[in-house]
Formats: sequence, C-alpha cells, structure tokens
Amino acid sequence: MPAVQETIDRVKAIDVDQYKYGFVTDIDSERGAKGLSEETVRFLSAKKNEPEWMTEWRLDALRRFMQMEEPDWARVSYPKIDFDELYYWASPKSVEGPKSLDEVDPELLATYEKLGIPLREQEVLAGVEPKNRVAVDAVFDSVSVVTTFKEELKKAGVIFCSISEALREYPDLVKKYLGSVVPVTDNYYATLNSAVFSDGSFVYVPEGVRCPMELSTYFRINEQNTGQFERTLIIAEKGAYVSYLEGCTAPQRDENQLHAAVVELVALDDAEIKYSTVQNWFPGDKEGKGGIYNFVTKRGDCRGKNSKISWTQVETGSAITWKYPSCILRGENSRGEFYSIAVANGYQQIDSGTKMIHLGKNSSSRIISKGISAGKSQNTYRGLVSAHRKASNARNFTQCDSLLIGQDCGAHTVPYIESKNASAQFEHEATTSKISDDQMFYCLQRGLTEEEAVALIVNGFVKDVIQQLPMEFAVEAQKLISISLEGSVG
Amino acid sequence: MNASVPIKHTQAESDLIDRFEAAKGALSGSVAVTALREAAVSQIRDKGLPHRRVEEYKYTDLRAFMKSAAPLAAAADESAVKAILGGQDAFGELERYRIVVANGAFLPGLSDLEALAGEGVSVTSLTDELAGEHGAQLLASPKSAANDGVLALNTAFVQGGVVVKVKEGAEISRPVELVHVAASAGGQISRSRISVAKGAKLRLLETFAGETGNGEINIVFDYDVADTASLVATRLIVGQSDAARLFTSIATIGAQAEFKSLGFIAGPRFIRNQQFINFAGENSNAGIYGVTMARDEDLADQTLIVDHAVPHCNSREFFKTVLDGRAKGVYQGRINVAQHAQKTDGEMMTQALLLSEDAEMANKPELEIFADDVICAHGATSGQIDEDLLFYLRARGIPEDEARTLLVLAFLAEAIEEYGEDDVTEGLEARVRDWLAGH
Repeated sequence: MPAVQETIDRVKAIDVDQYKYGFVTDIDSERGAKGLSEETVRFLSAKKNEPEWMTEWRLDALRRFMQMEEPDWARVSYPKIDFDELYYWASPKSVEGPKSLDEVDPELLATYEKLGIPLREQEVLAGVEPKNRVAVDAVFDSVSVVTTFKEELKKAGVIFCSISEALREYPDLVKKYLGSVVPVTDNYYATLNSAVFSDGSFVYVPEGVRCPMELSTYFRINEQNTGQFERTLIIAEKGAYVSYLEGCTAPQRDENQLHAAVVELVALDDAEIKYSTVQNWFPGDKEGKGGIYNFVTKRGDCRGKNSKISWTQVETGSAITWKYPSCILRGENSRGEFYSIAVANGYQQIDSGTKMIHLGKNSSSRIISKGISAGKSQNTYRGLVSAHRKASNARNFTQCDSLLIGQDCGAHTVPYIESKNASAQFEHEATTSKISDDQMFYCLQRGLTEEEAVALIVNGFVKDVIQQLPMEFAVEAQKLISISLEGSVG
Repeated sequence: MNASVPIKHTQAESDLIDRFEAAKGALSGSVAVTALREAAVSQIRDKGLPHRRVEEYKYTDLRAFMKSAAPLAAAADESAVKAILGGQDAFGELERYRIVVANGAFLPGLSDLEALAGEGVSVTSLTDELAGEHGAQLLASPKSAANDGVLALNTAFVQGGVVVKVKEGAEISRPVELVHVAASAGGQISRSRISVAKGAKLRLLETFAGETGNGEINIVFDYDVADTASLVATRLIVGQSDAARLFTSIATIGAQAEFKSLGFIAGPRFIRNQQFINFAGENSNAGIYGVTMARDEDLADQTLIVDHAVPHCNSREFFKTVLDGRAKGVYQGRINVAQHAQKTDGEMMTQALLLSEDAEMANKPELEIFADDVICAHGATSGQIDEDLLFYLRARGIPEDEARTLLVLAFLAEAIEEYGEDDVTEGLEARVRDWLAGH
C-alpha cells in the first residue's frame, strides 16, 4: 500500500529546511593555514604540543594518503572534495584551559543551551546530584572545552579526556592502542584522519571496573570550512564495562563540510563497550545545497574472550553519510551487535551498514537495520558478515528493513555474506515494503483499525533499535527523529 | 582500476587478443557485427578478463583462473557428434525434439527440423543470420549486462549457434532439447536466440555433452518471450570439466508472459551461470531457480540480475547450493525496481549447505529499489547439516550416509519442487545421488 497522507504530512513537517539546529555561533576562532601539506600537519601537531612520535605517525599517514585514490564504490555522489581548500585547524580563541564552566565563553554555553546540553550542566552547577549522571566532554570545533565529572571518574580509575590530553598524560596507552583497530592505511578517509585528526575523546576503563556513569560527547561542527577529524579511542580492560554516547548537531551552512572521524574500540576479556550515536548534522537545504559529508570509520575489536561490542545509531542528518560501524570478533564467545535507524529525507544520501568479522570460535553477532527513505533521498544498507576458517559455530542474524515514502527516493540493500566455516550459521533477511500483510492481518483480527494497527507495528519497528539506546539518549533520539515513526509507515 | 593505464596482459589475455587477429577473417558477420566484435576485443585489451576487483566478479576471478586460452575448436565431425550423443541421455526416455550445436556451430543434419517445422518452430543458423542485415541485433546486450566481460568474450569470438522462432500461438507438444556438443578440444563459443511469439508456449532443455578437457565453453542464450507467451528453460550442466564454463542467459519478457528457468549444476571445475532477466511488459511472472553442487576445488557461481522496469510484475528467485571439499559457492542476485515499477513483487532466497569444514559460500542478495509501492524481500542462509535431523533419521535405523543423502536431497528438492515441470525434473534426484556418490 502507498504511504498514507498522515505519513506524508509528518515527513513534510520535518522537512529539511526547518532544520532546528541551524545556527552559527559567533565566536572568534583561530585557524591554521588552508590546505593539506606536511607544514599543515607539523603546525597542527605543534599547536597541540604532541610528542615527536605522534608527529611522525601523522606525517607517515599523510604520505600514504597522498598516494591513495578516493574510493567510489559507495552509492553516493557529490562534487569532488578539494582538500587544499580546507582548514585543518580551528580552535575557539577564548580557550586557554578553563578550570571551570565560569571561565568558559558564555556564548559557548549558549550554544550548548541551544543543543540541549545545559539541563544537566545546570544541575551540576547548582550542585544537584542527578540520578543518572552523564559526563560530558564537549568538543567545540576541535578542542575539548569542558570536561565534567572528571574527578568522580578518576576515583573509579576511569580515564575520560580529550585525545590531545591523553597524548600528553598517557602517551603509552595511546601509543599502544591508537591505530591498532583502524590501521593508518585502512581506507582513504581513515588515512586522512590519521594525518590531521584534530581532537576527540579518549576513554580507558581499567580491569574489572564498571564505569559509574554514561560518558557522552557532543560534537559540534562550528567553524566554516573546517573539516572535523575526530579521533576517538575507547579501551575496556578485562571485565570492564562502559557505555559511550555520541550526539551531533551542526549549524546551517552553504558550503559542504567534511567530517571524517575515526572511532576505535578495544574490548579485552569479558569487557563490554556500548557505543550509541545520534547524528543530526545539517542535511542540506531544500535544494540539496550544503550539508555535512559524514565519512566515518568506526570499528570495534572484540579482542578478548567473552567480550562484547554494541553499536547503536540513529542517523537523521548529514547530506552524505558513509559509515560502517564494524566489529572484529576475535575473541572466543565474543559478541557484536549493530542496531541502526537511518532516516533520509530531502536530498540526503546514506550508504551505511556494518561489518561483522567472525574470527573466534562461538562468536555471535546480530544486525538490525531499519532504513527509511523520503523526499529525493537514497538510502543504502551495505553490510558484510564473514566467518573465517577458525570461526567454528559462529552465528549471525541479520535483519534489514527498508521503507520508502514517496516516488523519488530509493532504498537499497547490498549484503555480503561470506562463510568459510561449515559450522557457521548465518541467517539474513531483508524486506522493502510497507508492513507485511501477516502483521496487519494479525492486528486487524484482534479488532484494531488499520490506522491503529499501522501505529502499533511501526512503534515496534523503531523500538527495536531505540530500546538499545541508553535512557536519556533514547528520549533525545525520539525527539530527533521527531517523525515519531508511529503511524508514519503505512 | 584506471582504464587509462594500459594493463599488463595475462597469458590468457594475450592469447585471446592474438587469436582474434588470426581468427577474425573466419568469424562471420556483417560490417556492424565485425565492429561489435572489435569493440568487445578492445574491452578485453583495455580492461582484461573480469577479475576480483570488478564488483560483479568479486568472488569469481576469471582472470586468475584462466591460465591460457585454447584456440577455437574446428568444425565438428558429424559422426563424432553422433557417437557422443548416442552415449548421453541427459533426460533419459523423455520424448523431445532435438537441436544440435556442435563446436559452436549449428548441425542441421542431426536436428529434428522437420518435426519442429510441423509444430511451428523454425530453426536457422546464427552464423548465417550474423552475416545478414539484422545481424548486429542478435548480439545486443541488455543494459544490466553492459561491460560484462564474459559477454564481451562471447561477442568477440562467437562462432555460431541457432535462431529458434516459435510462431504465434504455437504450443509445442514436446520439450525441445538444445544440446551443445564439444566434439573436439578447443574453445566453444556460441550464442542462440530463442523467440517465443505471442501466445506460444515452449519448454526448452539445455544440455551439454562431449569434451571435458581444455577449451573454454562460453554460451549465451538470448530469450525473447513475447506478450502472453510462455517459456520454460531447464539447464542441466553435469559432469566434470577442467576449463572455464561460462553461461549467460538474457531474457526479455513481454506483457502477461511467463518465464521460468532452472539452472542445475553439478561438477564443473569453474562455472559461472549468469542471468539477466528484464521485464518489458506488465503483469508478467518470472521464476528463476538454481541448484548447485560443487566439491574439491570447484567454483560454482550463480549470478542474477532481475530488472523490474515496468509495473505489476512478480519475480521469484530461489537458489540452493551444496558444497563439499574445498569448493566455493557464489550466489549474487540483484532485484532492480525502477521508479515507476509500482506493485512489483520480488522475493529472493538463497540457501547453502556446507558438507565439509573447508567449503566456502559467498552470498550477495541485493535489492535496488526506486519505487515505493512494492514488496521485495530477500533471505540468505548458510550452515551445515542439522545434527538433530541426522540423529532423528539414524534413530530410525537409517545408516548415516543414507541419512545425509536424504537430507541433502530434501534440501535441494525444495527448489526443484517449486520449479515444478515434474516430467523434466524427475531424473534430477538420481543426478544428486550420483554427485553425492562422487561421480
């Protein structure tokens, strides 16, 4: 059945030109020279007071990057990026290591207010101990500005800081793990990131520690024409647990902005990492002009036995999304999960999915992907599930569902399922449709009207994934997809 | 790959390019056909044989597999063909008409032309047609197969084949077996056009006999199913063979028409069976089925693109693969739904059973959808024999080997039964048993 009027109205209501977070904060900022070169990298590295080995690491990445060709296999199209027209360094001028929120430029705080952060911040400032505490490491353009809850985390032995700080304070840890999950030459954008990454978060949870709170970073792309190259590294030692939240909004812009982040997760024996993302960057205006290019490499390495990594993402923004949060299931009994809702509207193009690489015995993985396309968008799920020779009894279950609203959009599914072990059991199913007749029939049988039935089923459709998000985030995610998918599929 | 940088040719590629220069005088065709052949060879010269960096050949690296290219087979000796045909009985007692293509060329002397003419079927030689005014049309490729390397190889070297025309409204009483015989060593490159006119019905059997040694076999079947017509094509590829076996089907399906095909593969060392199915008229149905068995170092590739270019068509794709030894199975299937192809119903399923530790299966079931009011689904599974089922059978006194055989048969039978055509497929169980027994 075609989309019902209500659906169409709802989608219109969240039309891209009504982008809520389209504002630019007017703060002086300091920028490096335009263009990509060894000088840029040296300048960047020097600005950040990085150790010599780090500078060399970056330069090595840059040299390799110069030899690489931009990949074109994804189902996205965009004008070629001129890397020499970008700035690789931008930092708010007011920052000289503020000791408390009072020292922070009020405009920054106002920005966060617009982003919805301050509720928690205000609680902190007022000395209220909130029930569910969230530590916020806010990245404003490229430099970490405020890090709260640091002390409490320190008590638990958890290190949560910007990667620049980690490079100064814990160089051995960074050196040991940086690039060990996503090698320098992993892919075009990861290599670029390795050369010029600006900042990002570093989390280290020591053995047996359950991180006392959820860690959260709000990335904020602010300065015009500065590619943001975040680098995040999360390490969970044996038996550790950490839940990390990443949320993004960005101001409205004319020119496309590049965001090429790298996120590396390492889970050792019995450790668990939960990584949740809500991504709502500017998707471009009505004509498809502007918008963020989101070319991200996210990968988790389940290195230890019984380790677990879970990715949950709600993708509603960006003009072009190209991201495949993946799990390398190296440890025995390790588990990888990927839950995703990708909503494309306007002229957005999404090419996203996951890779589950089973190397260890009895490793298991689960993929639930829900794609929604509206307007003139293209939404592609691209995923790989593979079992290597030694991955006996590997298990995978994959479900990708796509929903199309309107005549001018596309929904595509490109799964690769490679089994090199007979005892590996893989199941994959994908559908592109509205709601299955069986489901409708079941509901109608029980006396629901068609509208109610659709609402009920769609509620379930999203909640599969939403439920995987930490509580505070789930609320925010639902707000962000404001489509409130209830009743919108039909 | 950057096309502007000349590639370093492999031995097989150099062989092919040299061979074309030597053979082009002997290869038939009008000026336009010759131009198509030249263009196809240029493609091989520029891009080489298809290899793993070409997405469509990711799992089937023909370039790495083909160490050399055998010369094209010389014209077949009729008595040798007769002897080979006498020794093969792909469909046993099934009553059928026969059309013979040997060493890439039509053999009218061994074909049942008179009986076929009586039923409204005309058969002519592709070699003759290529030389004619409309020759080039017989080598047209569908959009979904543009730049396909296997098809280019065929176009460059095609020796002959048949043009079969079933006249309007004719319902052919017996299946027609189009048998390809390799009467002597060497490359066997042929292409056949099968046109089924309005309201006509044809059941086609495609079989292959003869030489199993060196020499690639590259055969294209180009089906044209007119409005309200019906074509059922059963392809049987059994027995071991060393060189590459490359099969391409192209189907154009008119309105309210039916097209059904089964590709049954057991044995070749390296096989790609690719199909390009195009809906050209509304309210039509297509059922594409595949049964593949591979062992040892075999590679068996079933590739499929179904193009729903018009509204209100249904397609069903159902593929089963059984792998043993170090064999590698490949299934790549894509359903395309064009923007205006509303009310499309596409359902694709691929299932693999791995009998040994070292077997490998790669499944790539794709959906590419631009219309909103459609129902499309795909599923993929791979795994080994269910130990519980095995235990159940053994508990009932069935020896383990037989129990495994039964389970494999049951697994494959799902696709064969759905395909139907019982009279044609009744012998297939025996072939599965043969294969399991190692023949």
